[in-house]
Amino acid sequence: MQSFQDIIFKLKRYWADRGCIIQEPYDVEVGAGTMCPETFLRVLGPRPYRVAYVQPSRRPADGRYGDNPNRLYKHQQLQVILKPSPDDIIEQYLGSLEAIGIDLRVHDIKFEEDNWEAPTLGAWGIGWQVMLDGLEITQFTYFQQCGGIDLDVVPAEITYGLERLTAFLQVKDSVYDIDWTDRFTYRDVRYLDELQYSVYNFELADVPTLWKLFDLHEAEAARLIAMYDPKSPEKQRFPLLAAYDQVLKCSNLFNTLDARGAISVTERVGIIGRVRKLAVGVAGAWADQQFAGGEPSQAVAQ
Amino acid sequence: MSLPFLLEIGTEEIPDWMIPGALENLRLNFEKLDIPHETVTMDATPRRLVLRAEGLPERQADREERIQGPAKSAPAQAVAGFARKHGVSPADLTTETTAKGEYYVFVKKVRGRRTLDILAEGLPGAILGIYFPKTMYWAGKGGPRFIRPIRWLVALLGGDIVPFEIAGVRSGAMTSGHRRLGAREIAVTTSDYEQRLRDHYVILSAEERRNRISNELAGVLVKADPALLDTLVYLTEYPTPITGRFDEQFLELPEEVLVTVMRHHQKYFSVEDAEGRLAPQFVAVMNIPSDPEGFVRRGNERVLRARFNDARFFWETDQKKPLRDRVADLAHVTFQAKLGTYLEKTRRMQALAERLGGDAHAVRAAELSKCDLTTELVKEFTELQGVVGGLYARAQGEPEPVWQAIYDQYKPESMEDSIPRSRTGQIVSLADKLDTLRGCFAVGLIPSGSRDPFALRRAAQGVVKILVEGRLAEIDLADYIDTPALGEFFDDRIRYYFRDIRGFAYDEVNAAMATGSRRLVDLEARLVRIQNLRSSPDFEPLAASFKRIRNILEQAGFHEAGTVDESLIEAGPERDLYEEYRRIAGQPIETVISRLRPKIDLFFDKILVNAPDARVRQNRLTLLNTLRAEFSKVADFSEIVTHS
Repeated sequence: MQSFQDIIFKLKRYWADRGCIIQEPYDVEVGAGTMCPETFLRVLGPRPYRVAYVQPSRRPADGRYGDNPNRLYKHQQLQVILKPSPDDIIEQYLGSLEAIGIDLRVHDIKFEEDNWEAPTLGAWGIGWQVMLDGLEITQFTYFQQCGGIDLDVVPAEITYGLERLTAFLQVKDSVYDIDWTDRFTYRDVRYLDELQYSVYNFELADVPTLWKLFDLHEAEAARLIAMYDPKSPEKQRFPLLAAYDQVLKCSNLFNTLDARGAISVTERVGIIGRVRKLAVGVAGAWADQQFAGGEPSQAVAQ
Repeated sequence: MSLPFLLEIGTEEIPDWMIPGALENLRLNFEKLDIPHETVTMDATPRRLVLRAEGLPERQADREERIQGPAKSAPAQAVAGFARKHGVSPADLTTETTAKGEYYVFVKKVRGRRTLDILAEGLPGAILGIYFPKTMYWAGKGGPRFIRPIRWLVALLGGDIVPFEIAGVRSGAMTSGHRRLGAREIAVTTSDYEQRLRDHYVILSAEERRNRISNELAGVLVKADPALLDTLVYLTEYPTPITGRFDEQFLELPEEVLVTVMRHHQKYFSVEDAEGRLAPQFVAVMNIPSDPEGFVRRGNERVLRARFNDARFFWETDQKKPLRDRVADLAHVTFQAKLGTYLEKTRRMQALAERLGGDAHAVRAAELSKCDLTTELVKEFTELQGVVGGLYARAQGEPEPVWQAIYDQYKPESMEDSIPRSRTGQIVSLADKLDTLRGCFAVGLIPSGSRDPFALRRAAQGVVKILVEGRLAEIDLADYIDTPALGEFFDDRIRYYFRDIRGFAYDEVNAAMATGSRRLVDLEARLVRIQNLRSSPDFEPLAASFKRIRNILEQAGFHEAGTVDESLIEAGPERDLYEEYRRIAGQPIETVISRLRPKIDLFFDKILVNAPDARVRQNRLTLLNTLRAEFSKVADFSEIVTHS
């Protein structure tokens, strides 16, 4: 039987063989692999890019104290970005499933319409949820817009839900029972995160403190965005990447406040708008910094 | 020679619900190319839109084009110049006489264009012109937009490839089979196309796929679900149903929840036992021909088990806090920014339910109606709001009228849907919809064009349907309409209901509505009376007379109520009419129409309303006004469209 990590190794190998950089997870809390700079910023502009990475993704509201067999506060996504999307992208994707031992001649695979949208990022795309024998295993998206900017080149984003995929392959009814290795289960590795973060997110997170942090990170991001000068000869030095980290902090705090029940439906729209404004601000500045004039900058030249 | 034509647009998976519309669009776009043909057949799977036509000509018919040149009287130099321009000598020109005189004409023989060329030129536009509700670009900014990326194109006219290109994809004679069971590149001709696809596990005909699903379902007691069947037909290229089972213990959960999970989340048909109860089985449709090892069945069973476990977890968790303890929580759920929280809405609904004549059960149901919005089950299955509340209320011991009213509160969800089953439910549903409508109109959230984010049209339509079909005769809708805009909005819905749903003629509806009352049960009864009256030979002439009366009164600017002064009435037709009126006043129009009509006719025939004596004139206007008031209780007959 393939372990959880075997499946990850194989998928990484598969995509590495197709020209992907294998990145490591981003070190700021995110709700999805899409939010990492390796996706959010790299999809902007004309330059081709291919990258794959596992991203632990935090969804505070989905926590269930480790009780629910299918729901997790933090799950692991394998995020693949192919920019531009090759013509045979779906064939390549199906090949990746075969690479982890799924014989698609005897399993049922369907592509069901599912258009992805991330209002806090000003991003959306067209695509599918991929169903394997009735189980959603992947979100497949052709990005159309990111940070409010129409993309020059359309990337394909493939997001595998690794726990689900492994539970399917190992025939486990609970993600906690999947074998991470032949000696450790997922429960051994992750149960405590699930329990303790559920307690924190639902019971103990201090709402005024989180709001204060939100305001601080928002102010820092906004300060940097406002300082960015597109005419400055030294604009390449400007720390937009650091500004973007502040946006990610805001996004995670928003999710935590939401799980804590501290955001009403009305407020919600307003806060999403605030985060979105920052994300769009960074994306616009980034596009200028990296691509204005059509010449790729030295800093990120291939 | 007559040629067959084949066009296949090979794409990545198109959303199932868009496919029939896209096919119709493609057919129309093809017709616009104006190429003669015999038959056209449209087919599609998720990965291909296909148009096949028979009997196309090899080229368009030759034709002559007449180009007018200089006048006959023009200098020879000009004539020679004209001839030279068209590559002929002046002797090859003919002449033509027009109204302005005689002119030289060059008759140009235009060879009919090759159909192949017309297609090559027109197909990219015909394809990219297909309307889809949401499109994407894939070949970079500024590239073509389509529903999903186009990956291959087959375009054959007889044995020839119709050459064109879309987003770097060149048309050819190669199709593609089933994603995993077929070959990726398959050479086809117009005659073997469908069979070649079949060899590669693609059933081209939607009808055949539908039958393949239905036939295999014949032995199973599947709950009929035509919409789901349509979805599955266009979600598969080689559909095969399989039957799976789930643990009977899940049958303890409400059937509504189980069916929703199966249908909406998993696209499964649910199955009934011989007594019509939900059986612990389901039918999934796979996109492969068989499942000999049972992999697909077991996979689907596991997914369903996980889904059901989730639902049970929510069901049990939610029960720990009964609905009645959740009312206060509604203070944290916003209904609409300007309209406050659901708690405020609840309080308004309770007051409205009472005002609408609801009893204590109705007020109680209104109070609990929105509490399910705070439950996990509704957060997970939003389409079950209301239903879930009703189920919880039942489980928590609320009386039957209360839980049923909560359960039915969103009914009717469409014009085809039934209204709430009980009077209590009808009152609660009215209270909910009226509150939303009144609130939204009060803060200016008024639907315009296709923009109707709060589904106010549906809500108003529901109100009309409930009032009429629930026989809620005592409720006058006018009492609940507090702005003119809302009144007009409702009038549109009332007209729509009686015309389009109930089939009354538009002038009948206008006539019945013109009398003002918005007691809809009464309105319906009056409409039936008008419809019956219409068969009377006296009806149209009488309606025409009422129109005349209305015009006369309007022209005279007559508004006084007043009573008729008998002393001023002239003997003859005027007195006859007046006395007839005295005799029949108060009687239903049906019984008096045949007596009234000749008197009115005669009156208009012989009497000048606009008499020289101002007092007589005034009295005659009063008489007409009195008649109009008396006989317009059923309807304003002057609204009836007459042919005389």
